[in-house]
Amino acid sequence: MEITTRELWTLIHGMGFGALYLLAGSGAVVALYRKRSVGTQDANAHGEVRFLAIYLSAMALLAWLTVLSGTYVIYPWYRAVPPAGAANLVAFSRALLLSRPETKQWHLIGMEWKEHVAWIVPIAITMAAAVVVKYGHDLRNHRQLRSAVLGFVAVSLAAAGIAGFFGAMLNKNAPVEGGKTFHLAQGDK
Amino acid sequence: MRGTHDVVPVDTPAIPNGSGAAAVLSAGIGSFAVALTSIAADKSAFLKNLFSIYKPTGPLSGETTLAILVWLLAWTFFELRWRKQTISMSRISAIAFGLLGLSLLFTFPPIGDLF
Repeated sequence: MEITTRELWTLIHGMGFGALYLLAGSGAVVALYRKRSVGTQDANAHGEVRFLAIYLSAMALLAWLTVLSGTYVIYPWYRAVPPAGAANLVAFSRALLLSRPETKQWHLIGMEWKEHVAWIVPIAITMAAAVVVKYGHDLRNHRQLRSAVLGFVAVSLAAAGIAGFFGAMLNKNAPVEGGKTFHLAQGDK
Repeated sequence: MRGTHDVVPVDTPAIPNGSGAAAVLSAGIGSFAVALTSIAADKSAFLKNLFSIYKPTGPLSGETTLAILVWLLAWTFFELRWRKQTISMSRISAIAFGLLGLSLLFTFPPIGDLF
């Protein structure tokens, strides 16, 4: 059992930052939705807002780590151009996908959409976190602002879902491979 | 009779909604800038080359950097302008969600390629 540096980074990007964002996203939507109805008399209201501010800030950090690791660590390996006449394209994911009619659209639609739509996520969630941090408990007095924040968080979750889905399918059809190999366990000889 | 989870009357806001409106509108603008820069780079070889500020990543590096700059500049601009004001949030939300919706559509390649 072994794993390469590139596989490890893909794992950190997708299963670490990205999947954690998706898991946290549904919690954020529920928490923001609840803020629409929880009243001022709720004894835990201040504590809840503080928790929500920390929660959304952690999500913003995850979103930035996801797009930055995807764009600047993994994407360069994905789009690497193979040498002219190369027969084995396994180490060149983009070229490998484009070389077969049955996988071509995974790049032309999947990666092309994923690489852009994913950047909407940190913008939306950073805004949400900033608004909750700035307004705190006073957010209960701004119904329309709360709704706008909820809407942006929900859309960020959808955008992260699109990016996550295509990321998984791209990795299934043409995984980013190469780099140093780490042996995790030795099989029977 | 009121339960703990019922809606209760709101107080007068301690903070005007201007800062929130600035954050929401600029997030819409920033999202739309992501779509716009990707379409622009797709249509122009000059821009594609210009946006390649980090060669291994290619034009995506410049497209997203520019979009983030547009977002942060818009945020700063509206924050400075609106922070002490009360803004019509329904109008700002409509514009922001319009831009957000368009950005989702325009980043989808079959639609982005129509331009």
